[in-house]
Amino acid sequence: MSGFPKDQEFLLPASNTFIVLSLLAALLLNWLPWRGVWLALRPDFVALVLLYWCIHKPFRIGIGIAWMMGMFADVADASLFGQHALAYSVLAFGGIVLHRRMQMFDLRLQALQIFPVLLLTYVVYAAVHWQLHGYVAWGFFIGSVVSALLWAPLTMLLQALRHHHPSDPDKL
Amino acid sequence: MEHTQSFRFFNRGPSPAVRLVFFVLLSLLLLFVDARYQYLESARSALSVLFYPLQRLVAVPGALWHQADTILVLQGNLIRDNAQLRQQHGVDAAQLQQLQVLQADNQHLRQLLAVQQRADYPMQLAEIVYTERDIFKRKLFLDKGAQANVLAGQVVMDDSGVVGQVTRVYPWLSEVTLITDKDHAVPVHVLRNGLRAVVFGSGDTSDLALRYMPISSDIQEGDVLVTSGIDGTYPPGLPVARVSHIERDPAYPFARILCAPVAGVDKQRQLLILSGLPKLPERPEAVAETATDKLKKGRRKKP
Repeated sequence: MSGFPKDQEFLLPASNTFIVLSLLAALLLNWLPWRGVWLALRPDFVALVLLYWCIHKPFRIGIGIAWMMGMFADVADASLFGQHALAYSVLAFGGIVLHRRMQMFDLRLQALQIFPVLLLTYVVYAAVHWQLHGYVAWGFFIGSVVSALLWAPLTMLLQALRHHHPSDPDKL
Repeated sequence: MEHTQSFRFFNRGPSPAVRLVFFVLLSLLLLFVDARYQYLESARSALSVLFYPLQRLVAVPGALWHQADTILVLQGNLIRDNAQLRQQHGVDAAQLQQLQVLQADNQHLRQLLAVQQRADYPMQLAEIVYTERDIFKRKLFLDKGAQANVLAGQVVMDDSGVVGQVTRVYPWLSEVTLITDKDHAVPVHVLRNGLRAVVFGSGDTSDLALRYMPISSDIQEGDVLVTSGIDGTYPPGLPVARVSHIERDPAYPFARILCAPVAGVDKQRQLLILSGLPKLPERPEAVAETATDKLKKGRRKKP
């Protein structure tokens, strides 16, 4: 695996089940009872996983799926319908736009590239909140930084899982 | 590979930008509807029912951890907490006790204040600082002395009646002899009919005795004895005692009459010292010989 070319990393197969499971796991992680400081530091796992799939499999996971995940998140968070959905749509679009460029970078640079996308997602969410409630909690944006920092570990984890996926038909 | 991908990418329906615009518009529409109207509540509740098990599932580890935390509390912690709580309880109980004492004090002071307003004599409030422990000589020491113009012979009372008399004055203390002290005499009269008498202490704080009253004297149980003011030591009209028991034995010339002090002789903490009693004219020498029995000066008579 070590001699695996970088762009090949992006061509690793992924079963639909795996994608769905990863998204579900991300949702569950987001729903963990985070409290206090940890809530402010909580990375948006759903956004990260969505972004991962949008960059790695842009033809299977796109804006539609992202929108749907956003709806789920809206229901779970009791936020307005469309708040997460809007943010995740923007995120997915950013991921799809970036997906070709990302193949040229290693993980550190990838994190730098995706940070603006994540920040934009957070800004969209906060903007909707601000429009509705008239204020913005600035601590909320810490989450985007933490999410960007988590990009590399998460990518490595998902890649590793894909490598070892038993139902991998193109197993090398 | 990339070519095929991009080829496929562009062949797959509308471009990402178009999709983005579509979903953004959809989101905005939903936002608007959801913020303005209540139409989507049913959809939300249906979806939340769907997610509820998942959310519960996610909450399970935290709940389990919390439960384990409560179950696995060390016994040492419990013991320590228990001891701490006990200690706290002790402190609280003591404070509560103090509070009750303060409340009683307060009530008592209010009553004394009322007495002060009722009586015409100048009075000063003094607090008991020491009590003598000799059971037959229950003297009190008040915290007002010569510095506060207390004079020997002044009367000490509480809110309901006479308690005693100042018998010795120190610079900052005064010694009070109780009316119940052995052979301490107070000139009184029966409030009901004005019958004059002298009430003596018996040495017990709950008893006084009326001595030298003929068997036939008009006195009944329940009669209130008030100071007569005859010898000038005690101002007139202060309640002293209530007759509690009368024994009329024909074998003796005098009836045996027991009284209970009206004042809480051994109960109070604050007492009033009456001052500025009216000065009576000097008593003629000759009369003094004959009237010693009835007109006590109020000082302790040594038997």
